[in-house]
Amino acid sequence: MRDTFVTSATALLADDPRTAMVLADISAAAFEPARRRHPDRVINVGIREQLMVGVAGGLALTGMRPFLHSYAPFLVDRAYEQIKLDLGHQDVGAVLVSVGGSYDGSAEGYTHQSPGDVQLLDTLDGWTVHVPGHPDEVPALLRAAAGHDDRVYVRLSEQHNNRAYPIEPALTVVRRGTDGAPVVLAVGPMLDPVLAAAADMDVTVAVTTTPRPLDAAGLRSLVGRDVVMVEPYLAGTSSARVSAALAGLPHRALHLGVGRAEQRAYGTPADHARLHGLDPAGLRRSISGFLSGVI
Amino acid sequence: MTVTTREATDVHSLLLRITGDEKHAPSAHSTLDVLWVLYDRILRIGPETVEAPDRDRFLLSKGHGPAAYYAVLAAKGFFPPSWLDDVGGPHSRLGHHPDRVLVPGVEIGTGSLGHGLGLAVGVALGLRAQGYSNTRTFVLLGDAELDEGSNHEAIAYAAAVGLPFTAIVIDNRSATHGWPGGIAARFIGWTASIVDGRDHDELAHALSRRDRERPHVVVAAVARKGD
Repeated sequence: MRDTFVTSATALLADDPRTAMVLADISAAAFEPARRRHPDRVINVGIREQLMVGVAGGLALTGMRPFLHSYAPFLVDRAYEQIKLDLGHQDVGAVLVSVGGSYDGSAEGYTHQSPGDVQLLDTLDGWTVHVPGHPDEVPALLRAAAGHDDRVYVRLSEQHNNRAYPIEPALTVVRRGTDGAPVVLAVGPMLDPVLAAAADMDVTVAVTTTPRPLDAAGLRSLVGRDVVMVEPYLAGTSSARVSAALAGLPHRALHLGVGRAEQRAYGTPADHARLHGLDPAGLRRSISGFLSGVI
Repeated sequence: MTVTTREATDVHSLLLRITGDEKHAPSAHSTLDVLWVLYDRILRIGPETVEAPDRDRFLLSKGHGPAAYYAVLAAKGFFPPSWLDDVGGPHSRLGHHPDRVLVPGVEIGTGSLGHGLGLAVGVALGLRAQGYSNTRTFVLLGDAELDEGSNHEAIAYAAAVGLPFTAIVIDNRSATHGWPGGIAARFIGWTASIVDGRDHDELAHALSRRDRERPHVVVAAVARKGD
C-alpha cells in the first residue's frame, strides 16, 4: 500500500498545485523524484514529527492542502497535541497518511506499533478515518481527500484482502446470511480473516473502509440483534459508535480487535494476529462463542 | 462594524479596559512595545486585509497574557474597543488565550506553549510555495516558552533550509533554568538582533532587517518578570 500511496500522491502533487507533502524522513527517498519536481511542496523536515504537523498546520493556514506521512506511532501518538492544536484548534485540515498500523512492525517491537491511533483521533472532532483493505482502494481515497479541506486520516497497512471493494462512506455487504442473522462488520483488512472464520456460519458479513464517520444508518438497518465488530486496531475502539448507532434497539454486541496489553513478542504480523485472536481460528472461536452464548 | 483607529497613547487606556487577565498581567505588558511597533510600523495588514492571501502574517505563539495584543488590535481597528471590557466572559470573543476563529486579525489560536514557531515555519513555506515572495512572516515567543522542545525542531530546520521569516523572543528572564550564554546562541544558523524591548526605534530597525535566505531572530529584552 505504501508504494501505491507514493505513486498516487506523486500524481496528485503534479495535478494540483494546492497539495503539499510533509515528511519526517520516513519514505523521503521514495518521494525524492516528486521533491525534485516540486521543491517548494515536498518538504522533508527531518526526524521532527511535531514540526511535521506544525508545518502542515501552517501550510493549511495559507490555503494549501497538506498531506503528512510517517509510521502511525510517530505520526499520531507522538504528535497528538500538534494534531489537536495545530490542525483542529486552528480550524484547518490535513491528510494524515500512516503506515505500520497496529503490528506491521511486529519484529520491530512496540515502539513501532500504534494500536491506539484511531482511538486517539476519536478524542478529537471532525476526523474522517479511512482504513483501506487493498492497495487498489488507496488512489481514490487520496484523490478524494485532496479535493476538500477537512481532516482525514488514512491508515495504510501491509495486511490486506485478496480483492478491493468500492470506496464508499456506506458499509458494503459482502455476504448475506438468513433474515435477522448476526452481522459481522469488518474494518478494512479484517475482512478476509472474517470471511475465513465465518465461512460456514449463518452470518451477514459487511466491510467498511471508512469507520469514521461510521455508517450508523447502514449498521442500524442491517442489524437484527447480534453484531460483531472486528477492527484492526484496539478492540472496542468503535464500541461507543456502534452503541449510538443501535441506540434504542435491543442488541448484543461483541467488539474484537487488538488487545491493550503489550505482547513483548516479535515474529511476523501473522504471529501477532494470532496472539490477539485476530487470525481466522481466533476470530472463529470468539464469534462462535459469542453467538452460542458462551461469552 | 465601524471602528476608528486610535493613536499609540490610546493603547494604554485600552489596556486598562481589560480587566479579565490579572493572572498573566506582567507578561501581558512585556509584549506591548514590540506589538505596537509591529502593527504601527512593520506589518502590511489592517482590518480591511485580514483575509488577503498576501498579507503579512503575525503569529502570537506566546498566547499567555494577550491583553497587550488585544489592546493593539483594538487600537488599530480590528475589532471594537468595547470587546475589551469583558475579556474571559461567557459571551466574549476575547479569552485569556486568543482564538483565531473568534478574533479578526488573530492568525493562530495559542495558549499551549511551543506551537507558534512550527506553525510559522509552515506559513512561511506555504506563502513561498504560492509565490507571495514579498509577504513576511513573524512569530512572537517568550523566553520561557523556549523550554518546549518543539521550538528546537523548528529552529534547527529553519536554519538548515534557510527559510526567511522572523522570530521575536521577548526576554523577561522568566525561564526557570535560564538560558546561559544568551537566547540568540540557541538560534544557530539564524541572523540575530538583540534589542531593548522598550525602544521603538531599535525594535523597528531590527524587525525591518530581512535576509532572503536565512531566518532572523530578534531578542527583545525587557525587565525581569516580577521586577
